[in-house]
Amino acid sequence: MSVLELRHVEKRFGEHPVLRDVSLTLEAHRVACLIGASGSGKSTLLRCANLLEPIDAGDVLLHGQSLSDPRVDPNLVRREIAMVFQSFNLFPHLSVLDNVLLGPRYALGRDRAEAESEARTLLARIGLESRAGDYPDRLSGGQQQRVAIVRSLAMRPSVLLLDEVTSALDPTLVGEVLDLLRDLATAGTTMLIATHEMAFARDVASEVLFLEEGVIVERGTPAQIFDDPQEPATRAFLRRTE
Amino acid sequence: MTDSSEGTGPDPARLYLPRRKVAFAGRRGTAVSAVSSVAVIALLVSVFFWAPGGANVRATFFSFHDMWVAFRGDPSKGLLSVGSGLITNIWMFLLSEVLVLAIGLLIAVARVSRSPVLAPFRVLATLYTDVFRGIPILLVVYIIGFGLPALSLGAISSQSPAVYGVTALTISYSAYVAEVYRAGINSVPHGQILAARSLGLTYAATMRRVVLPQAVRTVIPPLLNDFISMQKDTALVSTLGAIEATRAAQIYSSTVFNFSSYVVAALLFLVLTVPLTRYTDHLIARDRSRRLAGAS
Repeated sequence: MSVLELRHVEKRFGEHPVLRDVSLTLEAHRVACLIGASGSGKSTLLRCANLLEPIDAGDVLLHGQSLSDPRVDPNLVRREIAMVFQSFNLFPHLSVLDNVLLGPRYALGRDRAEAESEARTLLARIGLESRAGDYPDRLSGGQQQRVAIVRSLAMRPSVLLLDEVTSALDPTLVGEVLDLLRDLATAGTTMLIATHEMAFARDVASEVLFLEEGVIVERGTPAQIFDDPQEPATRAFLRRTE
Repeated sequence: MTDSSEGTGPDPARLYLPRRKVAFAGRRGTAVSAVSSVAVIALLVSVFFWAPGGANVRATFFSFHDMWVAFRGDPSKGLLSVGSGLITNIWMFLLSEVLVLAIGLLIAVARVSRSPVLAPFRVLATLYTDVFRGIPILLVVYIIGFGLPALSLGAISSQSPAVYGVTALTISYSAYVAEVYRAGINSVPHGQILAARSLGLTYAATMRRVVLPQAVRTVIPPLLNDFISMQKDTALVSTLGAIEATRAAQIYSSTVFNFSSYVVAALLFLVLTVPLTRYTDHLIARDRSRRLAGAS
């Protein structure tokens, strides 16, 4: 069964349509990459997927269950659909460790000691265990973004949404974040990734979706999209990114 | 043989400050500024001595004898101590401060909430801040201090003037402080809220764990400014007959016809407010250095 599914999703900001008839299915342990120009609707799609933005039509399903059911609690949904942002959005008043612990403690209500040992293990995995007591502004952009990813993982989500997580980074720091995402993909983490890093998308994606003006123009395996795009719009976009 | 570049390069002196300005750059500059400060202050003080009414002002405002008697009080002449009057100001202030911090926060949280359940509270909170920021505090003091006793409502109408003073100050300042908190809440970047909500935190948990801690840190300086104002505004309670520093000073001056008691009261208020200001700066500096140093 699919982990996350969007069915004919429509989203408008006022009169302006941002997503038009968007459908996609993400199976467990798969990675889907959304590519497209800035403003094509990638971020909005991710926000709709974890209910940060309400949708105007269509449906979002988690493990086959419709999330438009009024009985569904968005807070419970978001515990399973984690999100990482372009600008990290770490909490500046909390130490690295407390950033990672916030979700497990105050959303999941877990015991501090138990959650802490798990958080430290996660931080050790990205080589930042020694920085657990530091505040985010002492970390480099790449380190901050890796902490933000770990903060999401601490929720043990079913799916991870990543919104252009390397776009705000210094070029020299992009690699460490992408390496972490590669590791996660290898470990079987289900991910939906909006990205401008085409080489990375080609490496990790099981499916690539090209978005233009809120419409999924073309989708396929990385080989199909990058080596043999069928739509003129896709070809034009890929030419521009080279 | 000299360095060849020295001979061929342009004259190094073309990059120098004019000789006149060099004097101000180093230790001599410090001396110059110290001398000029002293000179300005001396000039201002000398006005007191040269002005035609200078001697008069010195005797009626700065008489050390009167200042001392006003500070101590003299029960045999019915003179109350400005010093012990200040104790009343202090506890009125401390009590109001605690109440204002709590009530202001509640009002601010009600004002920023989007929940339809809280809609009536939002309207009430908006009305409250509009009304009480618009009424002079002195009038609120009168309305509470003379209005509540007139109600003849048992315990509510039989409190001391100081208690009515605390009530009035709390009512007025909660409105100001609520707006300070609200500015702080609105200054927290939206991405912080998105990040907390995407972790599955409820609106309330997001407020408590993410938004308010950051908002409060931001607004500590303006909050403390309001508290310094409030410390001074405890003097308004003298109009209800509460015996605090200003009232004691007033009694002294109208009995002895010397205004030095007011200067004593002013100095005592400074003794209260200056440490608070210093302490605020210290807190801000500590918070900042702690975050920059990366201690836990």
